[in-house]
Amino acid sequence: MRVRIPILKLNDCLLVSIQWELDDQTALQFQEDLLHKIHETSANGVVIDLTSIDFIDSFIAKVLGDVINMSKLMGAKVVITGIQPAVAITLIELGIGLDDVLTALDLEKGLEKLQQELGE
Amino acid sequence: MENQSCVKIINEWDIVAARQLGRNVAKELGFGTVDQARITTAISELARNIYLYAGQGQICIEKIYDGGKAGLRIVAVDSGPGISDLRQVMEDGFSTSGGLGAGLPGVKRLMDEFLIDSSPGTGTDIKATKWLR
Repeated sequence: MRVRIPILKLNDCLLVSIQWELDDQTALQFQEDLLHKIHETSANGVVIDLTSIDFIDSFIAKVLGDVINMSKLMGAKVVITGIQPAVAITLIELGIGLDDVLTALDLEKGLEKLQQELGE
Repeated sequence: MENQSCVKIINEWDIVAARQLGRNVAKELGFGTVDQARITTAISELARNIYLYAGQGQICIEKIYDGGKAGLRIVAVDSGPGISDLRQVMEDGFSTSGGLGAGLPGVKRLMDEFLIDSSPGTGTDIKATKWLR
């Protein structure tokens, strides 16, 4: 049985901290789980923290980009936090900019950004 | 000392195994965190190409030494359909899989040296090297 990424609810936001290297199936399962959780909780914001992630390949980048757009379709804004220097460098070199994605340095700043975005 | 280790790429889990192997060797050789991320990402892209396009193949990680320099070489081999237009696949933005992979130009940028040999019907052989600075 595969471990799922925990999704926590904090007021009207969801918090996700990805703590280990993602394989394809876990990434796709997470995509589905997050959308169901948004639906279930009527959350209007999500913070996905990647502090513990030390590399992102094009597949994981695509899954993340997709889940951000899918959440947007449902009415929830997503902020990505904690992208490590090595991850930022390799993503850009690889040719993946993750344009138009809201980001912040850490979880704290991410939550602040989300509150601003949601106008609270 | 064993200078080459290989992982057969048959399913998605082998992609994870290949990049873990590469990361371990990169650490052993003394690569910093940024180069470790570059190497891990390059392996992931090459392994995924094998899985997506060739069905199966192999990723080997070699420790190489040239004069006073040490480096890590990724060798990705498959006997899949091969690539008919090498120049086209080395162009940024070219994809036959609907944009799933960042493609070979991305891998080339992540590594110091990049050699590709491929022809239709015989498969693809890629060697990508990163030198320790």
